[in-house]
Amino acid sequence: MKTSNRYLKGMVRAGAAAAMFTACVAFAAPVGLPPVPVPEGNPITREKVELGDKLFHDTRFSSTGEVSCATCHDRKKGFADGLPVSEGINKLKGTRNAPTVINAAYLRTQFWDGREPTLEAQSAQPFLNPVEMGLKDHQPILEIVRTDPEYVERFKKAFDKTGDQITMTEVQQALGAFQRTLIGGDSPFDRYYFGGDREAMSPAAIRGLDVFIGQGRCVSCHPIEQTQALFTDSRFHMIGVAANQMPQDLDELAAAVEDVKKKGTDIAVLSNPRTSSLGRYAVTRDLTDIGAFKTPTLRNIELTAPYMHDGSHKTLEEVVQFYNNGGRLNESDPLPELLSGGIRPLNLTEEQQADLVEFLKALTSPQFVQK
Amino acid sequence: MNMNRRAFLKTTGAGLVASAFPLSLVKMAFGNDSPAQDFTFGYISDAHIQQIKGNKFVRNWDMGLIRAVREANLLTPRPDFFMFGGDLAQLGKKEELDHGLEILSHLRGKVHYVIGEHDYYLDLGEYWQSKISPLCYSFDHKGVHFVVLNSILTYDTWTHKKWGTPMDRMLAMARLDNPGGSPFMVGEEQLTWLKKDLEKIHRGTPVVLFSHSPIQKIFKPWNFWTEDAEKVQALLKPFEKVTVIYGHVHQIEYNQIGNISFHAVMATAWPWPYPESYTQLASCMPKMTVPMNRADPFFERDATGWQFIDLSSGRAAVRYQLPDNTNRTVAYNTRAGRPEDLNYQDHGSRIPPQIHY
Repeated sequence: MKTSNRYLKGMVRAGAAAAMFTACVAFAAPVGLPPVPVPEGNPITREKVELGDKLFHDTRFSSTGEVSCATCHDRKKGFADGLPVSEGINKLKGTRNAPTVINAAYLRTQFWDGREPTLEAQSAQPFLNPVEMGLKDHQPILEIVRTDPEYVERFKKAFDKTGDQITMTEVQQALGAFQRTLIGGDSPFDRYYFGGDREAMSPAAIRGLDVFIGQGRCVSCHPIEQTQALFTDSRFHMIGVAANQMPQDLDELAAAVEDVKKKGTDIAVLSNPRTSSLGRYAVTRDLTDIGAFKTPTLRNIELTAPYMHDGSHKTLEEVVQFYNNGGRLNESDPLPELLSGGIRPLNLTEEQQADLVEFLKALTSPQFVQK
Repeated sequence: MNMNRRAFLKTTGAGLVASAFPLSLVKMAFGNDSPAQDFTFGYISDAHIQQIKGNKFVRNWDMGLIRAVREANLLTPRPDFFMFGGDLAQLGKKEELDHGLEILSHLRGKVHYVIGEHDYYLDLGEYWQSKISPLCYSFDHKGVHFVVLNSILTYDTWTHKKWGTPMDRMLAMARLDNPGGSPFMVGEEQLTWLKKDLEKIHRGTPVVLFSHSPIQKIFKPWNFWTEDAEKVQALLKPFEKVTVIYGHVHQIEYNQIGNISFHAVMATAWPWPYPESYTQLASCMPKMTVPMNRADPFFERDATGWQFIDLSSGRAAVRYQLPDNTNRTVAYNTRAGRPEDLNYQDHGSRIPPQIHY
């Protein structure tokens, strides 16, 4: 599957002649986004990106031969999967909603609980998770990439390595490099706000932007800055989602933490909703982080329903209603006890809520829309 | 004072305590010279539960108290008991006290209560005494003598002057910077009681005194103040290890006057800033050395919190649990002979102030 070719071409062009083959691809960021941060040890090259693209779509790296990274991060679905929680091998369900890979390059931590710092580190885990790709270890991947003639050639070109020289490090680097090309700015909002095109957003979306940065308080965690907008503060907040799943007392909390210690965070949190509900706490063991999840970007959000870390909100209207009621869907629902102090009722009118949804729909990057 | 952190940890033994999960407490051995045994207790204060109308209460203050209770229930091993440090209500109403008690009823463990001025000045403690707790009492626990005082009394001439309604009096006292307010005091009756209460206590027994207002003079215009603080301090002087723990100021404060260590506890409701020092008279109050972190106004819980306390060697180590902020510990440093912040005492290790543009 040649998913990102169009985009890649554009970037390579931007990188000018220097971008030939092994040179690092330098490319201009689209309107509304900063330059993509690239780790020193893993410069982006065309060969690496194309290799990563292939790895990303290879179903052989799962125990059933049916699941690839792209199963849950499908280009046709905004690099998510459209499901409340992802399904891996044999339709096994995890506990968390697949986050889009678009703009994941900008995130300071990966996974909903931020348990890995980089795309490279993140990419090794789903292969081994029993509800995702289900491998016992990474060996089957290495066997394929060391012997499949196409991979042999591609690894040789990308890393100048063959046989045992190819390790998971190279696999992860290629996956990381590929994902750093999945960048989406240039939305109607970007053209309106940063590009000065007053016609780029509808009047409703413009009113919605006002709500977003004003009474809705959305911008506090989904920042818009002077020259760019990532729409995430890279922090973790307990906003009330799945509060009823959370450990109710010390015994339950201790059991959940024991679960994390025994199985490791990645496996423990995806196999048990109660353990999953710990959120960032599973990583930091800091009480402020109980039930706290990473602020996701809002870019391309119209493409990635359902919403929240457990996919429990079907529509953007529901999401807005949830925030408007201060961390609960209905005003009559109980308030989650450990709710982050930033979450409070917003008293938005029906019209303000509708405008806000219109604004969120103006955050879609045209190249990811299915025609 | 230029002690490095390791030396400090060694001196206080506070480095032994694991950080939260679930909020772990490592029991600390009392010195051989102390008759006290190991234990900890939790401290929640200044909830300021405020009724809007009917069964509607201010959500922010509710959430602060609820969070403290929920977190305190995760302490392990369990603290021996809890203290509530006063100002459960905002305007002393039964509805507010009842609502606060309902939230506190979820706390797993016995609670001892200290009354605050916000609980008192509507009905002068009548409902509090009938439903919650006496105002002035003492108890012994595992070798430590605990005393609770009602430190928010004031001159009878103020309390009983011609008020339109009791609520007028309550509102006058509820205002932080009211020039028509009146200074807090313990009063002769309680001083006499305290003298008698302490007579039977061995000089080597650790004494911990709980009050709502500071039993030291910090800032009179805000009533961070107890008018007869020196008289209370004098009664505590004969004891080797004395700790005074107070609420009211909604911030971390610590101080040492003679043999007495002072600790303030956090509010669950909102933070107050540190007032300028009162300069009318020479004061023992030191300059504040470690300011509170500047609160992030987006997080309504920031700069609020609660604490648990262990009495290592009969001296308090106060562990502040600060949501959306960095937890802090203030523990008695035997070498310096005073309480000190475990992480931020040295100038070099302070969190630099934010830059304003």
